Amino acid sequence: MKKRHYMVLFTLFFAVVLFMAACTDDAGTGSTGDSQSENASGDQGSDEAEAQNGKKTLVFGRGNDSLQLDPSKVTDGESIYVTNQIFDPLVRYKTDSTEVKPALATEWNVSDDGLVWTFTLRDDVTFHDGTDFTAEDVVYNFERWTSSGDFSYYAYMFGSTDEDMGGIIENVKATGDYEVKFTLSEPNAPFLQTLAMPPFGIASPEAIEKHGEDFFKNPVGTGPFVFEEWIPDDKITLSKNEDYFGDMANIDEVIFRTIPDNGARFLELQAGSIDLMKGLNPQDIQTAENDENLQVIRRPSMNVSYMAFNTSKKGPMSKKLVRQAINLAIDKEELMSLYDGIGKPAKNPLPPSLWGYNDNIEDYGYDVEEAKKLLAEAGYADGFNINLHTFANPRPYMPQPKITAQAIQEMLKDVNINVEVVVNDWDTHTSGEDTSYDMKFLGWTGDNGDPDNFLYVLLDKDNANASAGNVAMYKSDEVHDLLKAAQTEMDQEERIEYYMEAQKIIHEDAPWFPIAHTTPPIAASKNVKNYVPHPTGTEPFNLLDLEK
Amino acid sequence: MSLQPNSITNPDLSETKNAKTAKPRSLWMDSLFHLLKSKTSLIGFCIIFILIVTAIFAPLIATHSPTEQSILNQYQTPSSEHWLGTDALGRDIFSRIIYGTRISIQIGVIAVGISMIIGVLLGSVAGYFGKWADQIIMRFVDILLAFPSILLAIALVAVLGPSLRNAMIAVGIIGIPQFARIIRSAVLSVKETEYIEAARAIGAKHGRTLMQHVLPNCIAPIIVQATLSVGTAILDAAGLSFLGLGAQPPTPEWGAMLSDGRAALQNAPWVITFPGLAIFFVVIGFNLFGDGLRDALDPKLKK
Amino acid sequence: MLKYIAKRILLTIPVLIGVSVLTFSLIHLIPGDPAKSMLGTKATETQLKLLREELGLNDPYIVQYGNFVGKIIQGDLGESIQSNESIAYELLQKLPATIELTIFAMILAMAVGITAGVIAAVKQYSWFDNISMTGALFGVSMPIFWLGLMMILLFSVQLQLLPPSGRLSSSIELETITNFYLLDSILTWNWAAFKDAFFHLLMPGIALGTIPMAIIARMTRSSMLEVMRQDYIRTADAKGLKKRIIIFRHALKNAFLPVLTVIGLQFGFLLGGAVLTESIFSWPGVGRYVYLSVLGRDYPVVQSTILVIAIIFVFVNLITDLLYKYFDPRIRYK
Repeated sequence: MKKRHYMVLFTLFFAVVLFMAACTDDAGTGSTGDSQSENASGDQGSDEAEAQNGKKTLVFGRGNDSLQLDPSKVTDGESIYVTNQIFDPLVRYKTDSTEVKPALATEWNVSDDGLVWTFTLRDDVTFHDGTDFTAEDVVYNFERWTSSGDFSYYAYMFGSTDEDMGGIIENVKATGDYEVKFTLSEPNAPFLQTLAMPPFGIASPEAIEKHGEDFFKNPVGTGPFVFEEWIPDDKITLSKNEDYFGDMANIDEVIFRTIPDNGARFLELQAGSIDLMKGLNPQDIQTAENDENLQVIRRPSMNVSYMAFNTSKKGPMSKKLVRQAINLAIDKEELMSLYDGIGKPAKNPLPPSLWGYNDNIEDYGYDVEEAKKLLAEAGYADGFNINLHTFANPRPYMPQPKITAQAIQEMLKDVNINVEVVVNDWDTHTSGEDTSYDMKFLGWTGDNGDPDNFLYVLLDKDNANASAGNVAMYKSDEVHDLLKAAQTEMDQEERIEYYMEAQKIIHEDAPWFPIAHTTPPIAASKNVKNYVPHPTGTEPFNLLDLEK
Repeated sequence: MSLQPNSITNPDLSETKNAKTAKPRSLWMDSLFHLLKSKTSLIGFCIIFILIVTAIFAPLIATHSPTEQSILNQYQTPSSEHWLGTDALGRDIFSRIIYGTRISIQIGVIAVGISMIIGVLLGSVAGYFGKWADQIIMRFVDILLAFPSILLAIALVAVLGPSLRNAMIAVGIIGIPQFARIIRSAVLSVKETEYIEAARAIGAKHGRTLMQHVLPNCIAPIIVQATLSVGTAILDAAGLSFLGLGAQPPTPEWGAMLSDGRAALQNAPWVITFPGLAIFFVVIGFNLFGDGLRDALDPKLKK
Repeated sequence: MLKYIAKRILLTIPVLIGVSVLTFSLIHLIPGDPAKSMLGTKATETQLKLLREELGLNDPYIVQYGNFVGKIIQGDLGESIQSNESIAYELLQKLPATIELTIFAMILAMAVGITAGVIAAVKQYSWFDNISMTGALFGVSMPIFWLGLMMILLFSVQLQLLPPSGRLSSSIELETITNFYLLDSILTWNWAAFKDAFFHLLMPGIALGTIPMAIIARMTRSSMLEVMRQDYIRTADAKGLKKRIIIFRHALKNAFLPVLTVIGLQFGFLLGGAVLTESIFSWPGVGRYVYLSVLGRDYPVVQSTILVIAIIFVFVNLITDLLYKYFDPRIRYK
């Protein structure tokens, strides 16, 4: 009896050993051939490839998984990237700018006082679950977004509070089967632009009722792609919407794969197992450009990265002179080499691509002596200890946060400021749970192409809190008045004036050390055609094509 | 990562050549002789010696400051100026590795110190008093052993907060069970000897007997276990730092250097190659020397 | 034998209780108010109160512990703070990936370790012995996260032979039944998927298996050497039995027992080492789940996952013990 056990066990072992030997042998001699033939099957003429598996599949590699596939409840770019394929808002951005074009709504007009917006809707749209799209569905969605505090983007953009969930939107009414009317409590200049944001994509009411709490796992919209499957931390699969009312997708399937490490993701791209990737390490740009199978595409710049000073904290950070001194003590030009050509030094919170940018402002420049003078004047000639909170993984506007933090840490030593670098993961960093920071890295990618979306969100006293928004806790009444005036003013020339002035005050008060505006690089296989990255950081894939 | 109890790491039960006849004093001489005769433990000794010398004279050996940056010189390949190249901030990798020896020794001393003090205390009390004290302590040790050690360390750092100090505490805690077990069995065997019984017979108090008579006779296994644990501790702490849960920037800790260098895997492989090699060699050193020490010092462990 | 099994199973109960007490206490080790450090200083009093109630932080410890255990017995591991998803559900989704990796690494470690150990013992002091034992020394001293990166550098970057991350290429379609991809591909006769999954397993498997492999090799060698010195082996040798038969039928049979214990213990190492390996190879398993939760301060996930892994480990040890007794010729149970 016993003997047999051992014999079985060991035959098994040796079988495994032999098997592995065979396999590794296969890997050694055969697999270059294999991977080539795999590639070849992908590269073959389009008809043949299609004949083979009948499908054009785009595999998109990214660093983080989506949190939820309900765009109204999340603010993370990775969720919105996917939902932008599934849901349509009333209007959408044009392919390469933040001007709007019709989507679910074909026409719109606004009353002279800027308070009533009327939208005419398409009458030929169905949701992915087969139900028809009508004006009532729009009303349903807006009512849902004002039903609780869970809908963060709505609250953000329309200023809802616990007392007034609707914010500046007084009511939304269906004035016909295919007509809706919005009544606002005050004019809002960016209103139309805001409605085009992916978080305001219209979801199927029936599906929301059906799935309840689990709707975020079963999203149903009207967009160019239909949700198929989500394996958390691994991949999300979407398929082409055959009944799409707009430009029907050229590809049959999109797979979003989560590969956290930028380097590993790039390796996958080189190996041909993904077609397109975000978050290319700056160091890898050159490699990608030299690779004859790859292309580097740059997303138009509409972002800013910065180091915010916690102005509400007692101590050095509350002193304007100290903040100015730190601005002087960091060599921004040198920091740019950590951006490897994808970043331009920033002097304003607004990116230069946006209207209202104040180019007359002169940046502080790098001047250690002047910095020391200011510090002495503020009573900190001997320096002090502070911390700098940073996040671990790269963001589009900051490719090397940990390294950049260390660089600043070292530079500030020259003016006797001792910096302790605290590295957090992204969720913790933006959750606002830790208010002990003196300085904090953060960045912002514009949502709707309006200066309000930068200045009001990031530097108005209304948004002073530790999580996102105004993490500098900068509370200037002057700036607030200017930004509020700009918000309710419909004339663009007037608005520009307000914003120019606001930037001047912000520059002087120095609540930030603005770092850079980047053109985030995207690497793709040469097979990817017609891919136009949008400045807001997300774009639907219906125009993109794969030449396989 | 963490090795299992050391009797298993290298239970070279084969070389039971040396006799266990010698008296205590000559046993030490005998051991020393034995230790130096073995080529492998000599290599181990040399690596540890080099490590300590490097740590002491780090400022003299290093060619640059470990934190001095020159961003324009980032990712330089190894050259006569930068022997092992530079990292993302243009810092000299050679100098950082040299200064990193200090961190490694710090980890070794503090983490193993924690395991040793608590482990010896628990082990000797369990072994000496036996009965319910033994039961309670050893069940507690069993519970600690029920967790995969590195996972327990990660959990501890998670609640304590990531820092080098907390990483050392966590690594120290997960090393306790091994000390406790080994010391317990050593104490058990010493306890039965005649002179302990004699000491008790003259009326020596328990504490005194334990401290003066029992523990000194358990020095050998303690030293062996401590040496082997240093290697494990360095490996575990480097792992924690690699995950961002240990040493924080700009500390030139080897695991943290690896984690910083990951982004440049393709373009600047030297950034991750050399710190890894440093960890590897130091751990080999402690393992070799620990194995040698065991063979030389502790015939009991070899039956 | 049955009596022994019953006794041994009963003995795991105090350990399980201890493990649950320890994981339970973990959350109370957080400096300050756990609810506050989870939600942040910005959290309103109502939110804090809700969370405290949810976590039961207001009750006496013993009541809290009772609730904790009660829920676990019902399979309720709580909810993740980050995703609001049931932890039990998320764990179940990720466990197969980790178990597949762990078992693969263990098979690799056993196959190579035992083979090398046996040959090294039989040919003691030969070149093979020297090389394999030096290799084993290197193995136990290996920072596996570094080994993983070096393998990626060599096999993915330089040679472009093996995929650097994930479990399966996106181009491969595989119908999942058990979520163990190798098994699923066999069940569905999907050779392409099998090959792909196997290639994905290789590097993480080797990285994870290296240390156990080295330890098993050393243990097998020394255990074999000891057995082969025993009288009965010498007798067999003197009787002129074939060497192969002596080695396999007699020596290895007895030498295997200590090795078995090591193998059981190494499972724990593999479950822990998975955190590092999975984070390097983007392996969508439990190790990465723990790691991400630690970074995100998702304490309920950390707590529950560690508890589950510890329980798995306790049972692996239980099984090893039972196997030991079953195979041990010296022990007979009536």
